[in-house]
Amino acid sequence: MDNKQKEQILRSSGVNVLKCMRCGKCTATCPNYEEMEYHPHEFVYMVEKGDLEKLMASQSIYRCLTCFACVERCPRGVEPAKLIEAVRLAAVHRQGENHIVPDDIPGMLDDDLPQQAIVSVFRKYTK
Amino acid sequence: MRKIGVFVCHCGTNIAATVDVKAVAEALGHEPGVVVSCEYQYMCSESGQELIKDSIKKHGLTGVVICSCSPRMHENTFRKAAASAGLNPYLVEIANIREQCSWIHKDIASATEKAIILGKAAVAKIHLNTPLTAGESPVAKKALVIGGGIAGIQTALDIAEAGFEVDIVEKKPTIGGKMAQLDKTFPTLDCAACILTPKMVECAQNEKIHIYSYSEVTEVKGFVGSFNVTIKKKARFVDETKCTGCGLCTEKCPMKKVPNEFNMGFDNRSAVYIPFAQAVPKVAVIDPANCMMLKTGKCGVCSKVCTVGAIDYKQQDTYINETYGAIVVATGYDPIDLGKYDEFAYSQSPDVITSLELERLMNAAGPDGGTLLRPSDKKHPHTIVFVQCVGSRCDDSRGKPYCSKICCMYTAKHAMLIREKYPDTDVYVFYIDVRTPGKNFDEFYRRAVEQYNVHYIKGMVGKVEPKADGKLSVQASDLISREQLHIDADLVVLAAAIEPDKTARPLATMLTTQMDTNDFFTEAHPKLRPVESATAGIFLSGACQGPKDIPETVAQASAAASKAIGLLCKNSITCNPCVAHSDELMCNGCSSCEKVCPYGAITYINKEFTMPDRTVALRRVASVNPAVCQGCGACTVACPSGAMDLNGFSNSQIMAEVDAICK
Repeated sequence: MDNKQKEQILRSSGVNVLKCMRCGKCTATCPNYEEMEYHPHEFVYMVEKGDLEKLMASQSIYRCLTCFACVERCPRGVEPAKLIEAVRLAAVHRQGENHIVPDDIPGMLDDDLPQQAIVSVFRKYTK
Repeated sequence: MRKIGVFVCHCGTNIAATVDVKAVAEALGHEPGVVVSCEYQYMCSESGQELIKDSIKKHGLTGVVICSCSPRMHENTFRKAAASAGLNPYLVEIANIREQCSWIHKDIASATEKAIILGKAAVAKIHLNTPLTAGESPVAKKALVIGGGIAGIQTALDIAEAGFEVDIVEKKPTIGGKMAQLDKTFPTLDCAACILTPKMVECAQNEKIHIYSYSEVTEVKGFVGSFNVTIKKKARFVDETKCTGCGLCTEKCPMKKVPNEFNMGFDNRSAVYIPFAQAVPKVAVIDPANCMMLKTGKCGVCSKVCTVGAIDYKQQDTYINETYGAIVVATGYDPIDLGKYDEFAYSQSPDVITSLELERLMNAAGPDGGTLLRPSDKKHPHTIVFVQCVGSRCDDSRGKPYCSKICCMYTAKHAMLIREKYPDTDVYVFYIDVRTPGKNFDEFYRRAVEQYNVHYIKGMVGKVEPKADGKLSVQASDLISREQLHIDADLVVLAAAIEPDKTARPLATMLTTQMDTNDFFTEAHPKLRPVESATAGIFLSGACQGPKDIPETVAQASAAASKAIGLLCKNSITCNPCVAHSDELMCNGCSSCEKVCPYGAITYINKEFTMPDRTVALRRVASVNPAVCQGCGACTVACPSGAMDLNGFSNSQIMAEVDAICK
């Protein structure tokens, strides 16, 4: 179990997975259910168990539409979509090694690109 | 100087394991006024009490300090022991060295030190104790029951059975409450009306019971044994003493398009109406919001057809004042408003209904004579989806954090009755947990699954969408088969959470009783005093205290009745002598105490005083009614001139304790 990773995901999402009472309303409400291997309630449970490897390897994290229907309807205020987002970010960060090298930047620049976008790219795609 | 005895209890190992009791007894023995200081294994035991009594006699003690458990536990025991040895019981002080010391500390040295300090504080206080005598106040031999549902009915019947007069105040035109609307009752499936209506009639016929229907409690004054209550009898525009309940007026009334509350709005009633056939009292009532005569002065049909001349358009609200010894609250519950649950389309489709609405649809006296038809097109539903926990167990602003307790069982009942009567119907129940603790309850639920083949699915409905063809598209999760289900349903039934009746909160304020954050009345002790409120003389019956099914409600109703009877049996009650009093010479008449008193015990009087120059002046001073005062001490804190003081907990006593602790 990767506890550090789990703590990081819980902290960045602000989600308390222990509030989940396993009613399955998130999964019932999910409009993209068929496209996902793991469904919102399973996300919550898997993060709780620390079963992160399977989650981060799954395409499900990119299939979530972030429509927030699950967040809206969860009777316990668990906010599964925020958790999925955090897992997705963790996966991106980790695959990370470095997705972008400073030397490549000058070639990509154009006048319309705000500097903030470059900072943002560094934050997201580098370790 | 007082002659004080100190008695330190070991409480087995509860205290002695963490506090060096010998050292405490030794240290307190050196305090001023202490003539004897000893320790014993169990002070509360027979021999422990004998030790105290013997010491009082032997040493002529005029004060006793007991270092033991919380005063809430054994203060009374020790006061009684002291009284039997001839010492005023209010010359006993408890130093709590268990809950507030040994149980919460680990280190023996510091726990012992703290126990000594607590003991010293008690010794310092007892030097200033004065003997107090409890007064007595009379008990009015009559009870008031607020709410005429099954809880109120049962309580009233039991109190009347014991020979006491009871008044029931019911805000609706008839007693009967929610139970009168139910079809069958779980787990026996007997008809609700068949077991309720005889009790309603019994209430009406019992000489000891008076029913104030269509009435509300508007003011409560006084205290246990002598509550002064104002009851507002709302104008029903029909003379109760003349109306025979023949129903002719309801037939002839031209205004027939008023949604019928009793049938949850599924059919209409007239503006003058009798709520249902078995209503008690069976007296018509005119709904002033819809009566043409009352609104425009044109009509008067009912008064023309009434053969006994009972209709009175000029009737006014009347107020009645009564004195009661005890009050029982039985205000019941209501299903929550589902307006915020858009995902279930409750406000969009007439075919999405609550369970209470289904009760009326299935009831033989309901809008369709007991044939289950969809509200929208009056066709038989073939696929019915039940959704559990709608608004129950919610951590958000839409719902309630508690389990509503009755839904699992009534849904099993509904599902079973539907499958029994219409075997061609598919019934799905989406549940989070099935909770069936109760005699024969789980067997009942299993019967729904095993014998009636109701499809119980572990999962939740996420969305209900009305379709153009009249079906309801239900999207739900099946957590066990890991599937998302799409069901085309004809009828969706929502098990709405239940909440206390809206009238409960203002009533609690009038009665100065406590409520929890969900507006359920709080019992005096969750385990040991479940039917009493913390306010003396106010008892709790039924769902006003928490979600309850009928058997539990009836049990609690009878329990509340027996508590009320216990009170009414007494000719007088002993008052707590630890009440506030004001020093009239210091009181400046500012009213601060009157404003903070939660019991309404303080009034201001104009009193003549002889001034230093021998003139007589009229001054406004506070006066405490000792029978009403509960000794909370709020006034003593609020008083800016220090005129208010509390017997047994005087300002000087508390300062003496603080000084002893800080020394």
